Amino acid sequence: MNLLTIAVRSIKQRLLSSTLTMVSMALGVGLVVAVLAIFGIVQKSFNANATLGYNMLIGAKGGKLQLVLNSVYYLSEPIENVPYEYYLEFQNQEIREKEYSGSYSYKAVQHQQVARTTLLTSACGLTSPAGMIAALATDVLIEQHNQQLYPWKREGKYSVFTDFAIPLCLGDYVGPYRVVGTTPDMFSLLKFGRQGDKPYEMNEGGRNFEHFNEANGFFEALVGAVVAEDRNLKVGDTINPSHGSAEGDEHATKFVVVGVLEPTGTPNDRAVFINMEGFYRMSDHAKPLENEEDVFGTNQIAHKITDADYVLPVEKREVTAMLVRMDPLYSIGIENRVNEGNVAQAVFPITEIRRLLDYFVSPVQTLLLVLTVLICFMSGVSILVSIYNSMSDRRSEIAVLRALGARRSTVYNIVLLESMVLSVVGGLMGIVGGHAMIAAFSGVIEDQTGVQIGFFELAPALPVPIPLLSSVSAEFLVIPGLILLAIVVGFIPATSAYKTDVSKSLGK
Amino acid sequence: MLEIIDLKKSFVQPSGEPLQILEIPEFRVEGGEQVVLLGRSGGGKTTLLHCISGITSTDSGKIRFLDQELTKFTEPMWDRFRASNIGYVFQTFNLLPAFTALENVLLGMSFAKDVPDQEYANWLLKRVGLGHRLNHKPDQMSVGEQQRVAVARALANRPRLLLADEPTANIDPANQQGIVDLIKETCKEFNIGLILVTHTMEVAGQFDRIDQLEDINLVSTELAAGMPEFEKGENQS
Repeated sequence: MNLLTIAVRSIKQRLLSSTLTMVSMALGVGLVVAVLAIFGIVQKSFNANATLGYNMLIGAKGGKLQLVLNSVYYLSEPIENVPYEYYLEFQNQEIREKEYSGSYSYKAVQHQQVARTTLLTSACGLTSPAGMIAALATDVLIEQHNQQLYPWKREGKYSVFTDFAIPLCLGDYVGPYRVVGTTPDMFSLLKFGRQGDKPYEMNEGGRNFEHFNEANGFFEALVGAVVAEDRNLKVGDTINPSHGSAEGDEHATKFVVVGVLEPTGTPNDRAVFINMEGFYRMSDHAKPLENEEDVFGTNQIAHKITDADYVLPVEKREVTAMLVRMDPLYSIGIENRVNEGNVAQAVFPITEIRRLLDYFVSPVQTLLLVLTVLICFMSGVSILVSIYNSMSDRRSEIAVLRALGARRSTVYNIVLLESMVLSVVGGLMGIVGGHAMIAAFSGVIEDQTGVQIGFFELAPALPVPIPLLSSVSAEFLVIPGLILLAIVVGFIPATSAYKTDVSKSLGK
Repeated sequence: MLEIIDLKKSFVQPSGEPLQILEIPEFRVEGGEQVVLLGRSGGGKTTLLHCISGITSTDSGKIRFLDQELTKFTEPMWDRFRASNIGYVFQTFNLLPAFTALENVLLGMSFAKDVPDQEYANWLLKRVGLGHRLNHKPDQMSVGEQQRVAVARALANRPRLLLADEPTANIDPANQQGIVDLIKETCKEFNIGLILVTHTMEVAGQFDRIDQLEDINLVSTELAAGMPEFEKGENQS
């Protein structure tokens, strides 16, 4: 009969007390497992965005973290806006010219050219052929010189390094969820997932919104999975964003839901995406210029389709942020250059997310872990109390074992084993209970964070600079930790058993 | 087989003064011999058995058993020796309540052998008449049956000496004779030396050799001088 069997029998002999002790330990360990799972959920939630599909965020000058929070997580309020012209610095000449074509400056230059041509023509009629040739040549040179100055005649300053730049316009809400004005590129160019290779998918019958079409004009929307479920939105429904806050006045402009995103586990699940052109065409969204009336007035719906040819002047546009993917080789240089200017700031979102995790989330997690480990320690003390209290009843049993030939070290080990069995069995109950709890709440967790977690999901490794500890799931440390705890708390009763005076304790 | 020479044992009283319990100039038991130690309660009978089994250390003197001087043993050596060579039957049985009859016997083997002999444990329990009670726990058995299990456990390691400390004192009269017979028979059957401690002549009278503790223990003689004389068969426990 081995010592473990003897220890287990002794535990079974005090079944109620032992069970309560194990339940106490199970609760403590269950809490540890839950906290470790929260670690995992937080990390996964962050990691889901660790491969954002872009590597730089451009936004107004201000706090870097705030820019990340409102542009990546759609939390907090945007700082300010960036002029649209700045966004166009990341675009090629073709796009720039198209975008600038509706601008006041473009129109002014066109007007200027017509006037000059008229002037030149009349001037030609008054001079000799040689003078006419000279005047034309001079005009060409002037025109060539001027064209270098026109912003639509050149590449954007950063375009050569830029794979894509996706604008974000924030400010409106659908219920508690952010409305994001953007371009269809958001879901055609961006990918997500750990490897950054998963394309966004829409539910059956859904599609990405379009820049413009005859049916819905500029007013199409794509809805995140969480929003769709919470607001019961489906393809064909319409939404009216509310201005400025969740409680703000609803815009008269309706957007037609043309797709619902499949769940991605990213903050995009919790947002509504509308066409940026539609965003600008809602009241109060176009940047007002001095001494200028709103071209649409309040009757926006009347212009819904018929204004298709109208290009909102660049001067009246702003973006809240830009999601930029650029060659990493140049990204640091570009970041410096942007930040040295006085218009915008550039941040590397991953760096900021990591910093957020390290500075704010990790200490809270550590605190939680310390608290739960203390709870476990208290459970360990309850094991000590349980075994120690039983010692007076068990002294004669120990004396019998000694009389049968058991050494002092043997009874010492039996008591230590009891402590370990109580601790480990309680711990295993806690681990199973903790996982069951997580599994029970997996639906809520997925809804709230987008993180899918199941019963068999193990907690991540602890963020400590120790190779062994940081390479295995923290849950694998629970049992060795409990054994260590059992040895510590079992020491006192085991020593008491060790010191048992057989002669005095032995019944006759 | 067992030889005790000039054994002395005392305990410290709460006052700090030593209380001499044993002073035995000479005591011998031959191999297979069955000896009854008869004496009053408090006369040092149990202490003597504890000294012989190494449960209690001696102050001075020698205990020789199987040609080994046990008083020179370290505690672990005593433990091992006791487990292998000395069986002990207690007045209160001292069975472990969490274990069945069979497991109690196997437990007796556990500290002497690496692998307990379950077949022998089964046989022993059948021998003491408990073949039908192998898997019963102590609280499911009568006191007589419990003491039978205790006897089987004491014999589990084929000891050379069995120490029985008032083995019938807690047993109803109907079962007392059965236990005495069992101990006598099994010791004879396995050629085991026996020292049985009792204070009743009813039990002592069934053995050939009866030693009055007062005759061998000088201290006990002194203590007995101041105590009322007990009548034959009176239970003093």
